[in-house]
Amino acid sequence: MARDVIRVRVATKTDSGDQEEQLSTEKKLPADANGDDNHRRHRMMCLKCKAIEATVFTGGDGGGRFCADCFRSNLYGKFKLAVTSNAMISPTDKVLVAFSGGPSSRVALQFVSEMQLKAQKNYDATANRDRSLPVFGVGVAFIDESEIHPVTSAVLDKAVEDIKQIVFNLPQPTKELHVAPINHNYATKTNDGEQMLKNLMNSVGDATGKEDLLAHLRMLSLQKIATENGYTKLVLGSCTSRIACHVLAATVKGQGYSLAADIQYADARWEVPVVLPLRDCQLQELNVLCSLDSLKIVEIFNEPCGGINGLVSSFVKVLQEENPSRECTIVRTAGKLTPFPFNRIPEGNVDDADLVSQRRQKKFNLKPIESLPPESFCPLCNSPMNCYSNPEPRPQLFRAACCPSCQYQILPDEPSSMDQFYSLLPESIIARAKNGNQKWIREKIQDFLLSDGEDEA
Amino acid sequence: MEESHGGDKARSRLCCICNQRRPALRRPKTLQQICRECFYVVFEEEIHRVIVDNKLFKSGERIAIGASGGKDSTVLAYVMSELNRRHNYGLDLFLLSVDEGITGYRDDSLETVKRNEVQYGLPLKVVSYKDLYGWTMDEIVKMIGLKNNCTFCGVFRRQALDRGAALLKVDKLATGHNADDIAETVLLNILRGDIARLSRCTSIITGEDGPIPRCKPFKYTYEKEIVMYAYFKKLDYFSTECIYSPNAYRGFAREFIKDLERIRPRAILDIIKSGEDFRIATSTKMPEQGTCQRCGYISSQKWCKACVLLEGLNRGLPKLGIGRTRGINGDRQKDDQQIGVKNLQSKACESLDF
Repeated sequence: MARDVIRVRVATKTDSGDQEEQLSTEKKLPADANGDDNHRRHRMMCLKCKAIEATVFTGGDGGGRFCADCFRSNLYGKFKLAVTSNAMISPTDKVLVAFSGGPSSRVALQFVSEMQLKAQKNYDATANRDRSLPVFGVGVAFIDESEIHPVTSAVLDKAVEDIKQIVFNLPQPTKELHVAPINHNYATKTNDGEQMLKNLMNSVGDATGKEDLLAHLRMLSLQKIATENGYTKLVLGSCTSRIACHVLAATVKGQGYSLAADIQYADARWEVPVVLPLRDCQLQELNVLCSLDSLKIVEIFNEPCGGINGLVSSFVKVLQEENPSRECTIVRTAGKLTPFPFNRIPEGNVDDADLVSQRRQKKFNLKPIESLPPESFCPLCNSPMNCYSNPEPRPQLFRAACCPSCQYQILPDEPSSMDQFYSLLPESIIARAKNGNQKWIREKIQDFLLSDGEDEA
Repeated sequence: MEESHGGDKARSRLCCICNQRRPALRRPKTLQQICRECFYVVFEEEIHRVIVDNKLFKSGERIAIGASGGKDSTVLAYVMSELNRRHNYGLDLFLLSVDEGITGYRDDSLETVKRNEVQYGLPLKVVSYKDLYGWTMDEIVKMIGLKNNCTFCGVFRRQALDRGAALLKVDKLATGHNADDIAETVLLNILRGDIARLSRCTSIITGEDGPIPRCKPFKYTYEKEIVMYAYFKKLDYFSTECIYSPNAYRGFAREFIKDLERIRPRAILDIIKSGEDFRIATSTKMPEQGTCQRCGYISSQKWCKACVLLEGLNRGLPKLGIGRTRGINGDRQKDDQQIGVKNLQSKACESLDF
């Protein structure tokens, strides 16, 4: 029984012997007692195909055990179901995969490429007929955070070289790789983005606030790459384990209202909608796949979190060890919270695809989310807020426009430091403070506006 | 690093509230260094604000304070009688204790409550499991052992408090659940996937549709401040853990909350705020309430939980009503959830009432 509880383990050639031995000692008594060798054999077969010996052991419901092929197809199946049932990728899309070098985004990259390859094969097979569907495009983005997490240039060059190799070795068609520094956000504002970014980060005293601000800046960089290069979807590798940590961390930071926005399959509050196709895959499974298929991982900028985020991840780790389905339960609980209207791929995007693809696409019932839209969004972290905030972008009022969590952990305590903090913010955040809320207010009243033009309204 | 929020001013040598006396303590909630007198004022004033802002009581009401003799309920009884006098709430206050019949634990803590009765001048009513159910916890444990005994105790206590409140003819029952307890319950409900309880557990008043509404004046009061208040005021309380659940007190979730509090004191309030703000559809199904055919207590089933458990005890089938068994009510019981997460839970025997 103990084996069912342990974390996923792969029995490679070298330790399958151990596995065997372990199993035989485990089962010796009952097997000898009953002379039931069949039963023992049965216990070692892959749960899915029941033909091949299981080599991959996942915890979770029923203590899963699979042969390598079934494990792979099972995991890919979860990805595919998430993509198709949420209309994440349509044939006319150009998809940008955010790749950090870690196992989750590595698998996301692999699966998106496989899906593209299949679409390409379909296209090639039906190319002469008018029923052929266009094949969605795929690009890869890597954010260089060396300004925040200093590394030697040799280490960085090596990492970028490895990433190039990974992208180059993906199945055809060729994918474009975008490598951008995290200060990319400042590109249009000033030449001295690097220093401004450093000053901004240094002005945040709270360790957790620093980490969270960096995460927001990373998202802004990804959005910028996506919009500048005409991408229509941004794929993140966020897996169940990661999302479970986010659920607890957001709860602890008092972000209960906005939490539901962050953990859905789709999040269209961004200019380029964000999708999470690995939402139902656990980190252990992704790690197993990476080692099974020798998917190369690039270890850079993955310092363990500190502060609140660090406490939360070690807490979740303990819980997960005690019960292998705990992460899933956490995400399932949070999944029962009411999502926001923007938590689905906008109708327009689906309609853009031509009629053929409409016909060919699986008709999943994508019900519109009937829930109250938020009153406004935090200009720093883009969290929806349930109280109306002043959309004026001046420094004095900027604080009031932010969510309580950002006010506490990111903004400076002293009102006198606020001007300086404001001056260090990237343009896109200021722009969001200016226009973002305006846009949502406009959407709320647009049925009553007589003209489409912004000026006349 | 995180401590910089509020620690800065605290370096000065005077209390940072009155600026006159020497600070005697660092306030757990805000890390401000303040003097003892100012601590009493802010501690009591916060509770007063919670009572007024949430309209917990109406003038002329009879209020029972659930008193176990422990720190929370002792401080609650003391502060409530102070505030009632100071702000003319116009309440008739009573102490209500449950005697579970645990030798070496409850008999001693009841002595504390009896002293509190005299010290604060509040009439005390004690209801005992022996009188209500014919069994003491000692007898129950002798029969069923140390497994699931907290289930019996929790179910019986809930009903015993309601019965006692009815005997006292009170309008409301105030309990000593503090901010740490509520934050812990929010987390536990997330961990166990209980969305219905998650939506209810931060309500400051519960059971308004039931026989006797309950409220939690300490909803935003930190456990550490309660201990500190009791310590400085030299309040007479009993601080031993229940002998039948000695390990229950420190669960994963409780330890996690203490760790969070250490690096960010406001995390406890933030968790409660998250719990209040979660977007939960109001259509989440709640079991329909009826009455127990045997004892008339509120129940969603034919028989209430206490009657099922009691029937098991009396028939010598103590497993009845525990876990996934088909019992008297003919359908699956849901209590295994409680048992399944027991090791996550700290106050297994007290905090399940949310």
